[in-house]
Amino acid sequence: MTDVINDENGGRSNGQPNGQPKRSRKVDEERRRLLRSMAVGGVVTCAALAGLLQHRMAHAESRLRPPGALDEEAFLAACIKCGQCVQVCPIRAIHLGDLDEGLGNGVPYIVARDQACDFSCDATQCILACPTGALSHLIDKKEQVKMGVAKLAAPDACLARKGLGHKGTARGGGFSGVLRYPEVDRWKAQRVAGRTYELDLCDLCVRHCPIEGAIALEPVSPDPADKRRTPVVEASCVGCGVCEMMCPSEPVAIRIEVLTTDREPKGRHA
Amino acid sequence: MRPGFVGRTLDGLGLLFGRPPAKPAAEEITEEARAIHVFKKTPDERKRRKAAIFAEFEDPKASNKWRIRRWISILVLNGIFIASYWSDLQLVEGALTASRVLGFHFADLNSSLQLMLAHKHVVLNLLIGITTVFLIYWVIGGRTFCSWVCPYHLLSELAEMLHLKLVKKRVVKDHPLDRRLRTVMFFVFAVLAFVSGYTLFETISPVGILSRFLTYGTAMALIWVGVLLLIEVFWSRRMWCRYLCPVGLTYGMVGTVTPVRVVHDVRNCFHEGKCREVCLVPHVLDMTKLGYSTEVETPIGPDCTRCGMCLDVCPTGALRFDIKGISRHEPTSH
Repeated sequence: MTDVINDENGGRSNGQPNGQPKRSRKVDEERRRLLRSMAVGGVVTCAALAGLLQHRMAHAESRLRPPGALDEEAFLAACIKCGQCVQVCPIRAIHLGDLDEGLGNGVPYIVARDQACDFSCDATQCILACPTGALSHLIDKKEQVKMGVAKLAAPDACLARKGLGHKGTARGGGFSGVLRYPEVDRWKAQRVAGRTYELDLCDLCVRHCPIEGAIALEPVSPDPADKRRTPVVEASCVGCGVCEMMCPSEPVAIRIEVLTTDREPKGRHA
Repeated sequence: MRPGFVGRTLDGLGLLFGRPPAKPAAEEITEEARAIHVFKKTPDERKRRKAAIFAEFEDPKASNKWRIRRWISILVLNGIFIASYWSDLQLVEGALTASRVLGFHFADLNSSLQLMLAHKHVVLNLLIGITTVFLIYWVIGGRTFCSWVCPYHLLSELAEMLHLKLVKKRVVKDHPLDRRLRTVMFFVFAVLAFVSGYTLFETISPVGILSRFLTYGTAMALIWVGVLLLIEVFWSRRMWCRYLCPVGLTYGMVGTVTPVRVVHDVRNCFHEGKCREVCLVPHVLDMTKLGYSTEVETPIGPDCTRCGMCLDVCPTGALRFDIKGISRHEPTSH
């Protein structure tokens, strides 16, 4: 109702007989407002910078990024955090980071052990969907991808190295991951849990690798009677993580070592 | 606001960047407007107006027409993102930071700006997305994004209702901030992106956080949104949208010159200030004070989010939506 009374002056502060105490109160309030504003601005800036701090501290354990991701630093800058890669992936291999990822809040990653990228989409729908080139548009074949390199992380756990076979499902009946079995369906990935194996010597990592010649089983000793074999990863490995997903051992014997640099196609920049 | 296109636009930009509104000098007021001000100050007219205002306070008539339309708009637009993902409709893919609408690239202007400054490289698809979104918001009014699309706006509006209730009960007090803060933050985040090479603002942007949560369920980042809302309820009314959000400032700049705006008609105005009380950005409504309008009809400046709250509370129809070149309005004679 004060406005009704003061409407000639359009507000409360103008035109009133300004006594000295009133004036100084107004100056005081203005000063407080300025200080408040600077404090809030500082806090919000710090909150954003906290993401950077988290990034620096969490650098030891890097996330596996979708195919075609630029080198990590460039990738974080170029990703607009829209999740279109998540949406187009037919096997739902891609997830988005949350606040605990700091700068990676909203940035896509893959957990290969749970659901690896098996190039079910015939290579790189995610790259085509990416609006910013954070997933490099220069890649159009799965063989050009470089997400990481498979490494025998726990050699003692590897069944083939022990000369053992594998019976039953690869990862147990409750495993939710899917894989494209071209001999079953060229276009639709099937549940890994729905397929049983009867292998005299476990070769699941080699058998299902989507990149030809990226991994092979080689004898452990020159003795031809020795059944034991060891997985050997070649330079053509793209780090898709199918071997990691399909490895029946617990703990997993073969894992992807995530690359944070040298992911981009050589000599080109997108 | 000075009269005429140039003066009005410059003053609107000043307000957008945080300059406090100022009473216009006498010589800036047009003849017609001055005549109306003089008429309104005649004793008879003043008496009549005061009586009308008192009657109006006795029997307040507020509608929720625009609020309901706006909430539907926010819910539907954000709902399409969710529905499209979960039912594989592929109408709208992505989030509010960037998306593909029926195959066409859309990119949020502030997110793109951060990205270009950090990455220092642009691809064609992003340029297409930026251009599309720029043109859309240039046509529909810039900050229209804020009140008709942004999911944080809706939450913040609910928080504001709670805040106002608590203020009325004298449990809390509003702590206004300096509006220049938003401009400072815009440059802080731009410089940070350029220097650090990361899109730092995206980590804490409630627009992106909420949009991604709705579609992908990344819920932990909601903690930050919750903190902002609590601050807005208990400490500073609409703090994020009013004083901080660089997204709002970006869209404000886009809508500096735009066909869709709210127009104030001084002839119908009682100057009781209801519109300024409900407004997210009350400084844009300075011309609703008696003697402040320099023109008979004044388009509201670019900081206005076109939310229509002022239209909902205005009992005399002094404020209306206007689309330049399309709206045909017969001015009511007074």
